[in-house]
Amino acid sequence: MLAMNFRGPRRVRIDYKPEPEILHPQDAVVRVTRSCICGSDLHLYNGSVPDTRVGMTFGHEVTGVVEEIGSDVRNLKTGDHVLVPFNIACGKCVFCQQELYGNCHESNPEATAVGGIFGYSHTGGGYEGGQAEYVRVPYANVGPTIIPEGMDPDDAVMLTDVVPTGYQAAEMGGIQRGDTVVVFGAGPVGIMAARCAWLFGAGRVIVIDHLEYRLEFARTYAPCEVYNYNEIDDVVVFLKRATDWLGADVCIDAVGAEATGRAMQTFLGKTMHAVGGAATALHWAINSVKKGGIVSIVGVYGPIDALVPIGNVVNKGLTIRGNQASVKRLLPRLIEHVQNGVLDPKAMITHRIPLEEVSDAYRMFSAKLDNCIKPVLVPPSARM
Amino acid sequence: MENTRTQMEVGETRNITIDPTQVKGWGIDADSENDPTYPMKKRNNGEHAGYTWDRPPQQPVEIEVLHSNERPNVSATFGTASPPSGLSGVIRRAAFKYSENSYGHWVPLMLADRVGVVEGVLDDLSRGHVPNIPSELGWNAEWKYNRTRLVTRLVIGTAIASVAIALLRRDRNETAQLQGQRDTLTA
Repeated sequence: MLAMNFRGPRRVRIDYKPEPEILHPQDAVVRVTRSCICGSDLHLYNGSVPDTRVGMTFGHEVTGVVEEIGSDVRNLKTGDHVLVPFNIACGKCVFCQQELYGNCHESNPEATAVGGIFGYSHTGGGYEGGQAEYVRVPYANVGPTIIPEGMDPDDAVMLTDVVPTGYQAAEMGGIQRGDTVVVFGAGPVGIMAARCAWLFGAGRVIVIDHLEYRLEFARTYAPCEVYNYNEIDDVVVFLKRATDWLGADVCIDAVGAEATGRAMQTFLGKTMHAVGGAATALHWAINSVKKGGIVSIVGVYGPIDALVPIGNVVNKGLTIRGNQASVKRLLPRLIEHVQNGVLDPKAMITHRIPLEEVSDAYRMFSAKLDNCIKPVLVPPSARM
Repeated sequence: MENTRTQMEVGETRNITIDPTQVKGWGIDADSENDPTYPMKKRNNGEHAGYTWDRPPQQPVEIEVLHSNERPNVSATFGTASPPSGLSGVIRRAAFKYSENSYGHWVPLMLADRVGVVEGVLDDLSRGHVPNIPSELGWNAEWKYNRTRLVTRLVIGTAIASVAIALLRRDRNETAQLQGQRDTLTA
């Protein structure tokens, strides 16, 4: 089958690989119909995540048709068109039982800090990802969800990660009616977080980034106020002024390790990989939120230390919340929002690219070429 | 509720005042009980019983699977992509002797990833495949959408390489000339 093949930092290609097999009684094999490139894939692409092995296939935002099921799969049958949450969750461990599906303890032998994730290095469990024609889906009774009749497949693929992650970012902010919410990062997750902040009753939503085309999109899509940090001397002072000098009620880091904006963070985190990523957005979030405020983190960082002003967290009495989105927990509500027209995730998809052009797709997304916001890879069988 | 706060000077022209009540879906998921632990976790305190849950069947371990020493076993399922091999595999095995809490774990893994890149090129060549590096780097996309930057980088790269080669050649010529003079003097 055709599959993306990682060859080293910023080097990927399309290759032929053996088709996946059933390796566990609760496995399914899914023929991929859509597979997005996620902003967090860029951490792998740039070589920031330890134990990202050459030869691996990335991709954790997938929809597809069930081709084969294991002997213990009860909730799916061949031919079902499913969306596959990016978390691999067993449904039985103590964490899954508490709906912490992003923290499953039976899907990742290599690291205890994170559950299994499709195509996300061996730190994420060593699973092949969905930027391919077929993908093995473990615990098929738990994660994969049949796409509701009439739902656009482009909306469905956005429900595997972008929408739940953006929604949970807002949810973790504990937003109260009238709160001012600042979202750092106008990527797909940041834009969705801004959109969802309104659903929780925010009174004001501000998005900070440096890419004008994304800010313009966020401004009309969320809708929200947008500011380009390159036009601002000091982001924190700017936001303090914007909030009557008290700070925002809630700040959301929707950037993670690939942030720009502060030379030292960029050098240590992106150039040298000496720390767990360039924590510029998190740094700004901690310093921009009000005393007693909440910082919500969905931006992905590496597993080693990152440079953040932890003293200010203590002195300001902040609550910091973060997690990988618990997709399965959130899906029923989010499917409802999409079906009712409250959320329109497919509007963020700017590029539909043949799987065979995966090298160019990564470059385009990484270098923000052609005003790219969200690229979706489409395998040959789904283009017929 | 009308947002009457003053708009900032930056972006003033494009940022209009937004009336939240006019935003579709405003407040439909508002929850005053959303405190720092709710509702992310449906608490049942199952952890108090320890690692005692009824585990899913174990995926047969037919390849080498490195597992964190912060857990007693291999998880019930695991990925089978790129098992450890070669020099990078040796480094990875050493890394997994240390916990996720240790630089001794993560730094060698980063090193192994870089060694793996070299092994990948050698593996390609051993199979008779010469990797098309510009294509793998996605230069087609750069050429299509950002030609100026790509050409600039190529020109700068070529210039630096040319200067470096010229300097090396000059050094070599000078060394050869000096050696020749020494030989003449010795003779």
